[in-house]
Amino acid sequence: MEGSSYQIDLGNLMAYDPNHHFQSIPSSRGELANHCLEKGTEMVQAIANSLFSLPSTESRDGPVVKLPLPTTKLPREKHLPKPKPPTKWEEFAKMKGIKKRKKNKRVWDEQTSSWKRTHGYDRANDDRDIPILDAKSTDEVGVDPFAKRSAEKKERVKKQEKNRLENLKKAAKAGALPSHIQLAATALPITGTKKDVPKKASKDELESVAGMAATSTASGGKFDKKLPGEKPPKHSGKHRKFLPVVEGKGIGSKEKQQTEKILNQLLSKSSHEILDVNKAVTMFNVKKEKQRKKDKDANPGKSGKLKPNKKSFKKTSTKKKP
Amino acid sequence: MQIRVPKTKRAKRELDKRAPKLVENVKKTLILHGTKTSAVLNSVLTELYHLKRDNAVKFSKKNENIKPFESGGETSLEFFSHKTDCSLFAFGSHSKKRPNNLVLGRTYDHHIYDLVEVGVENFKSIESFEYDKKLAPKIGSKPLFAFIGEEFESVDELKHLKEVLLDFFRGEVVESLNLTGVDRVFVCTALSSKTILLMHCALRLKKSGTSIPRMELVEVGPSMDLVVRRHRLPSESLLKEAMKTPDHAKKIKNVTSDVIKGKTGRIYIPDQKVGDMPLSNNIKGLKRERREAKQNKESKKRKTESE
Repeated sequence: MEGSSYQIDLGNLMAYDPNHHFQSIPSSRGELANHCLEKGTEMVQAIANSLFSLPSTESRDGPVVKLPLPTTKLPREKHLPKPKPPTKWEEFAKMKGIKKRKKNKRVWDEQTSSWKRTHGYDRANDDRDIPILDAKSTDEVGVDPFAKRSAEKKERVKKQEKNRLENLKKAAKAGALPSHIQLAATALPITGTKKDVPKKASKDELESVAGMAATSTASGGKFDKKLPGEKPPKHSGKHRKFLPVVEGKGIGSKEKQQTEKILNQLLSKSSHEILDVNKAVTMFNVKKEKQRKKDKDANPGKSGKLKPNKKSFKKTSTKKKP
Repeated sequence: MQIRVPKTKRAKRELDKRAPKLVENVKKTLILHGTKTSAVLNSVLTELYHLKRDNAVKFSKKNENIKPFESGGETSLEFFSHKTDCSLFAFGSHSKKRPNNLVLGRTYDHHIYDLVEVGVENFKSIESFEYDKKLAPKIGSKPLFAFIGEEFESVDELKHLKEVLLDFFRGEVVESLNLTGVDRVFVCTALSSKTILLMHCALRLKKSGTSIPRMELVEVGPSMDLVVRRHRLPSESLLKEAMKTPDHAKKIKNVTSDVIKGKTGRIYIPDQKVGDMPLSNNIKGLKRERREAKQNKESKKRKTESE
């Protein structure tokens, strides 16, 4: 119970009394609490003594003291940040002795004769804003130089992206990936051939599959909730036409048509007349017309002169008049 | 491989807040419970949340598959810790074998660092204390700590519990402190080798003759008995890694950096002892033949000596 020396950690505002132990725990709760409060008060007073004797500065909220570093060490919550390995460019620059130069935010743009920003929207000396390119002797004839320039720029951008990815992978391997960047693996097939790459389903395929799944339900997909933008199924199902149950008295006209059609088909098959008279007459007339036209074309214009009978060498024997 | 970058500056700021830093953020606490809790435990958890309002996250759902002391049962905890960026957690559960069980744990790099399992007894909630409301400690104020009892040094479990409690309630590590803002204290008394009494009191500073005010303690907050049931200390390697401090850069001898001169180094040359050095044999005053003869004699002498 000596209030002699407590171990005080000012950085944590902590006091520890190593010399206290209960000979007998007080029976009632209240007594115990009071005893603890008394001891606590002494220790807090000791902390306050050392705390208030620190050199303090006056601020508008009150006296402010500078606390010393805490003596009890507590574990960190995350690991120490690891230093980033130098990028490929940084290594090269170090080797060559290239130093970074500060870039200005505004640059003089020759074309518009004004100050424009170096990067971003409406930048100075933009590759795309060049109106005229002088033709060089090295240029081929049919090549579009503007397209060539934009293609080159695309290549440069792709190369830069690849290099950036390599640098990040190197940093990730060293455990020093920047906190806001994540490297995500894109989906790769397990085997190596192109065949095994899962092909992305096309829109038509998805629609047909959805339709098939719908029709396999108990009510044929009729009452399925349709998503917004989903089209109704194509094969609406009517492959057979059934005649209406009731249509007038006796045999209706539609039923008559149906039976007539069937009967005609049956009878025509069993008839012995090979020649269809109507058809034969129309065929004859059509051919005659064609012939007449051809003769007219061959002899353009009416001439009064006697013309020798032109003998046609074509075989039209059956059509000659007897 | 694809590079995924946050699309908004706000998201980038949030990710940077959670990144590992030299000087770390305040440790956040995750408060959650298992399938079964008692009324006492519920109030313990809510009051703990009130004490740590600014930097604590409280889950209200039941979590079935969390068993901190078992090898497979901590994956959920680690996942939550990662998602909420909390490195401290308080997991409450109640069973017949362990009534009113509270597991206080810490994580390092979102993996379990250490655990202390305590049972809560004789709990008195904040509402049951009557005091002048003006004295109520403000949320977020830095507390004082008073640990009473030799057992905190001698008994392993209590030593561990002391460290964990300090970590839990410490708050932010600050360089400068406003003296008017000290208004709370945690008093922990060791009752036996396994039990401690934790009390939370408000401070009242009274005028005294000197510039140092007289302290008065008024019990305000929850008071409970904590009985240590189990504990798990961190493994040696993990402890060593977590306790690393950033300052100790490798000291290179004889190199100093000056603000004006820049990086300066000192070179030490051993004493030359000019008097003992032999004179050279290349005496320019002599004629060539004699000079060369002297030189050859010396080299021959050296050769025979070495043989």
